[in-house]
Amino acid sequence: MKKAIQHIWVWLVLLFLYMPVLVLAFYSFTSSTMIGAVRGFSLDNYVTLFTESALISMMVGTVLLAITVAVLSTLLGTAGAIGAFYSNRYTRGAVELANEVPIVNADVVTGFSICIFLIVILKIDKETFFPLITAQTALCAPFVYLSVLPRLKMMDSALYEAALDLGCNPGQALWKVVIPQIVPGIVSGFMTAVTLSLDDYFIATYTKPATFDTISTYVVNATRGSQTQIKTALWALSAIIFVIVVLAVVVMNVNASKSMKKEGEL
Amino acid sequence: MKKSYFDRKLLAIPYMIFLVLFVILPLLVVIYYGFTDAQGHMSFSNFVAFFSNGRTIGTLVYSFVISLVTTTICLLIAYPIAFILAKGEYCRKHAFLMIFVLPMWINFTLRITALKEILTMLEGNLAYYPFMNTIICMVYDFLPFMIMPMYNSLTKLDDSMLEAGADLGANKMQVLIHVLLPLSIPGIISGVTMVFLPAMTNYVVLDMVYNSTYIMGSLIGSYFSSYDWNNGSVISAILLIFIGMFTIATNRLVGNTEGGRA
Repeated sequence: MKKAIQHIWVWLVLLFLYMPVLVLAFYSFTSSTMIGAVRGFSLDNYVTLFTESALISMMVGTVLLAITVAVLSTLLGTAGAIGAFYSNRYTRGAVELANEVPIVNADVVTGFSICIFLIVILKIDKETFFPLITAQTALCAPFVYLSVLPRLKMMDSALYEAALDLGCNPGQALWKVVIPQIVPGIVSGFMTAVTLSLDDYFIATYTKPATFDTISTYVVNATRGSQTQIKTALWALSAIIFVIVVLAVVVMNVNASKSMKKEGEL
Repeated sequence: MKKSYFDRKLLAIPYMIFLVLFVILPLLVVIYYGFTDAQGHMSFSNFVAFFSNGRTIGTLVYSFVISLVTTTICLLIAYPIAFILAKGEYCRKHAFLMIFVLPMWINFTLRITALKEILTMLEGNLAYYPFMNTIICMVYDFLPFMIMPMYNSLTKLDDSMLEAGADLGANKMQVLIHVLLPLSIPGIISGVTMVFLPAMTNYVVLDMVYNSTYIMGSLIGSYFSSYDWNNGSVISAILLIFIGMFTIATNRLVGNTEGGRA
């Protein structure tokens, strides 16, 4: 009986989480413009999604922005974590405190504050993308920092000393010994940065160029508008993103269990 | 010993400069703007105006209520799920955790669009139950973020603690109240921090479902669209104070519970 309750609860919550996305994905393959209205099979939504230039530039723009932001965040966050980890207590404490700020702060406030500072006071043109990229990097880099730090703590500090004794200069020791040890942290930090940038709405609205749209800002504007063709094309987009996310999670898990097996064999 | 000009510590410098320029300085600017009027004079009038205006106070209370209800419901749904995944029937099925947190990676505006379509179909018109629909959408958005940290904390929990409770004569209810719940507090707190503050400011969910409902975040949005930097900064400063207090309080709580265990 108790087992039954557990199964029911798990499946009920899964139904709540997945039903909307799955139903929408189903209707994206029909010509209906409302959920519930039964119409015939159609790929029109997918055709619109990949032919409408506003939609294409929005998708490409979002992805390019996410990659740019993730690369910058990874460089800054990783270097910051290595530097701070080997600095004295006070420097490290100060960096860690400042690092916490964008993480606990509301995105609305982060976006608004950078907008005021860069666009209103320093009069930097929004159209240069500088405010947008900077603001999203300010959100993402702290997460990279946090995912690299535990790897540095886990690493044997003698490895670096050994590399120096064996004739490496500090730069080589860092590049050939320290970096390879913390790669998993860097990779997961990079992935976190990509997903944060893809999901961001608030920072983008306050700092983006007027004519540029990310998926989030585009979707929010589209829900206010009344263009049903765009609305249903976004159903197709959400179906595609769902499939991509599922595939990514499956691949990551297969890889993780493979490497776990390998470690088990050693 | 060969002397080198390179030092690992120097790597922190670009990041430190970045944090000062684009995190600390903008926040100081916002606080400064909050305490000045449109002519640039020091004044508290913005704060006085905020706390003496019925509409803004109402917004503050309303967003607090929405956030509180959302967090409570997320907690009530997610805690059993986290327990079942960590200790219950599904504890050897890691894939299930992935299924529960997977929606985190789908763009939230698209997920809310999907839910909105479903609710519209079920209810005909969303205007009939505005509060309930708001809460459903918020819970739908934040639930995965609550499950993840609670699961992480519950998997670390030692089973023998629960068994010891039972061996020492506690019935199931007593084990739950006196052993399981106290030990889950760090997980619950980190889940709450993932949901409570974002729920207070995430006005897009409301914006997408209804165009007119106001919570704290949307005040900033409306001042932003009317180029009223001073009043927008007041809201930001109030939120900053609130977030700061909340963070200090939760750190204390977590510190206390961990200290108590040692």
